[in-house]
Amino acid sequence: MSQLYEGKKGEKVLFMGNQAIARGALEAGVSVAAGYPGTPSSEIIENLADVSKDANMYVEWSTNEKIAVEVAAAASFAGLRSICVMKQNGVNVASDFLLHLVLSGTRGGMVLIPCDDPGALSSINEGEARQFARLLEIPLVEAGDFQEAKDMLKWAFELSEEIQNLVMFRSVTRLSHASGSVELGEIPQTEPKAQFNYKGFILDPVEGPVVSVPVEYRHGLQQEKLKKAEALFEESPFNTYAGPENPEVLVITSSGATLYSREAIHLCNAKDKVGLLKLGTTFPLPTKLIAKHLKTTDKILVVEEVLPFMEENLKVLAQELAPEVGQKTFYGKRSGNIPQTGELNPDLVAAALAGILGQTYAPQDQEYQTKAAQQAFFNAPVRDLTFCPGCPHRASFWSIHNVLAADNRDGFVCGDIGCYSMAFLPCGFSSLKTLHAMGSGTGVASGFGKLGQFGLDQPVVSVCGDSTFFHSGMPALVNAIHHKSDITMVILDNSGTGMTGFQSHPGLPVDAQGNESPALDIPTICRALGATVEVCDPFYPHKTQQTFHKLLEMPGVKVLIMRQICALSPEKKGKKQYEMSVDETICMGENCGCNKLCTRVFRCPGLRWDEEKKTATIDEVICAGCGMCAAICPSGAITRKEVA
Amino acid sequence: MGTATLTKDPYNLIITGVGGQGNVLASRVLGNLLSDKGFSITIGETFGASQRGGSVMSHMRISAGESWSPQIPKGQADMVVALEPIEALRVLHTYGHPGVKVISNTRSIYPVGVISGDSKYPSMDELQKTIEGLTEQAWFINATDAAMELGNPIFGNIMMVGALAKTGVLPIDRDGFEKVMLRTMGEKKTPVNLKAFDMGAEMIN
Repeated sequence: MSQLYEGKKGEKVLFMGNQAIARGALEAGVSVAAGYPGTPSSEIIENLADVSKDANMYVEWSTNEKIAVEVAAAASFAGLRSICVMKQNGVNVASDFLLHLVLSGTRGGMVLIPCDDPGALSSINEGEARQFARLLEIPLVEAGDFQEAKDMLKWAFELSEEIQNLVMFRSVTRLSHASGSVELGEIPQTEPKAQFNYKGFILDPVEGPVVSVPVEYRHGLQQEKLKKAEALFEESPFNTYAGPENPEVLVITSSGATLYSREAIHLCNAKDKVGLLKLGTTFPLPTKLIAKHLKTTDKILVVEEVLPFMEENLKVLAQELAPEVGQKTFYGKRSGNIPQTGELNPDLVAAALAGILGQTYAPQDQEYQTKAAQQAFFNAPVRDLTFCPGCPHRASFWSIHNVLAADNRDGFVCGDIGCYSMAFLPCGFSSLKTLHAMGSGTGVASGFGKLGQFGLDQPVVSVCGDSTFFHSGMPALVNAIHHKSDITMVILDNSGTGMTGFQSHPGLPVDAQGNESPALDIPTICRALGATVEVCDPFYPHKTQQTFHKLLEMPGVKVLIMRQICALSPEKKGKKQYEMSVDETICMGENCGCNKLCTRVFRCPGLRWDEEKKTATIDEVICAGCGMCAAICPSGAITRKEVA
Repeated sequence: MGTATLTKDPYNLIITGVGGQGNVLASRVLGNLLSDKGFSITIGETFGASQRGGSVMSHMRISAGESWSPQIPKGQADMVVALEPIEALRVLHTYGHPGVKVISNTRSIYPVGVISGDSKYPSMDELQKTIEGLTEQAWFINATDAAMELGNPIFGNIMMVGALAKTGVLPIDRDGFEKVMLRTMGEKKTPVNLKAFDMGAEMIN
């Protein structure tokens, strides 16, 4: 049993931000937690699932984020506390339900936890959930460190119950995936009872049905709740100030940027002239508190990630407060002092602060920096992202690419989100030509597949992972079938939500809590929908290519399931199926041979080209023993021997 | 807090390597060990997409006082522990300064661009000289080969932890390590990790 549940009140532990959030949920007495995996949010649900049986919780990986919010909302309607967790993109998916939920209101405390990814460290966009707080007109709170990540979540539940509406608790990668010291609180031992009351008057918020109508009445009520939240924010212990009474510059910040700002003040050696107002409650802004601080200075630097969300809200307030606090000069994103894209760091904030203070900030010794830059340029070759050794995706895209190339009609692949997104890179033979949201590959392909009417005669292929198939691939497939679109959908079934750490999904025989669950069979579903379906193993490229080619020639919607377990999955990791070797006498990578097909084109990290011997070699440490390189070697020099 | 003290506060440690080398685990073990001694620890990590064959880096701030940023400011690393040698050089480029120290594994993992022939991997001699020229002190150990003796290259990460302990730059002791192992890995896996820790320490002169 982990410290997450066993840790006693008062104990100090090193927790990852997501563990701190999970502990906060336990200390808040949350009964239901639902989410969909997505970096950097996944460990919150994972950690809660691990302790769910001891903690008397229900935890699930929902089919998608909209359903996760719906599942969590049901718990709230029945009087229980619930959270729903997702990466930022998930809020987009859930937003339709959310816009209705904030009108109907909630009962048991309910907190939405989106984890944003400034700098897109593990994403293909850097959109942020904060904008949704304004759109949804709900309170937004953001933790400034690891302790607060735990403590604020508990407080967010009290707030949600006080105003009877959803509260957004936003995290970012550098909090969720960073670790810091946390002092634990008490986990309450309660046995909450679920009961959904609906027999009261339609407008009764506790006893009536939960609906979003009458809209104008409920919208007004919702705005009153937001005003109440603002009043509570005025006294929040999570809004703190450190610095002189009348600072030369006031830094206003929140979330992960708090730690950068604090360090930047230190780097500029400016503790005696710069004040730091850290806001935990970032929407709506507490007007009186802001007014009090605006009065103390004329120069304000706003530090936040990514867009000028707080900055714009602060400027509106400052304009309203101008008669009371005077005219202020704001520095931040609009002024160009702080970048408006990417993630921040202490250096960027220090440079901005130094500029305003009339100082210079030179982080690195110039001579050293020049020398190190030169050395790194010549001796540290770039490490591009690639599929892991033994990854079935490399094998799948090898076949997809080769068949499309041989077909010679400019066929292309529409992709979406997963490890296989990387197939737009050389590791996937640059196969993906469109790449957008979850499930979008098949949706976009469905559209392309109807353009024959306008002369489009290129073969249209989509790829979709097994978890993505259930998340949002199915409606796209249904659309393609119903509209007789001509597409070949390849489902890259690696038996788990691979990219985020093998979370369960509806196609697997187990749920988040480890219970046996009915596994929904993807081929059966696709056949029932009306598609022509084939299943193959991408580690057998000849058969795979034959099957794919046959499907490509057929009209209508075809589904090819390329099934092979992820090389990193717990059941496969570290276990080689084959011992690989290269017969140096047969390898003809040079001298009128294959021109290093295995290393130059296939590019598995487990292979190396030996410049002296002029042959391919196997890197024993890296090779995962999948056997695929033996299947592609044209001269049969690479051989595989089954590991006993 | 015990008697342990820091040579510098905050002490800035970077652990770097390639996805799959156990970088994150090494940083967690060290973080837990130093946290047990009463230090305030912040660790910033890059993983997720970066674990797919890319460079992985953990920034650790160790302080007797407050929490520091999960990203170390440029040019302010005190020690770089590299599970892969060119990753040491990559980190020095951004976070190095003339007083920095490095412990590097000597076993290379070729970037995909090197495998395909688009770029060249330097010789180990050249790489060692380059790293020595950019550091106050540098140690090179073949942790991967030693780990293979224990049956799995993954133990290279714990050997690097043992090596770091032996350099004495941080208050890391074998007992503290054992305590963390027992708590996080359990009794069954602790002995082999202790062995890896000892083997790493022995490789530092």
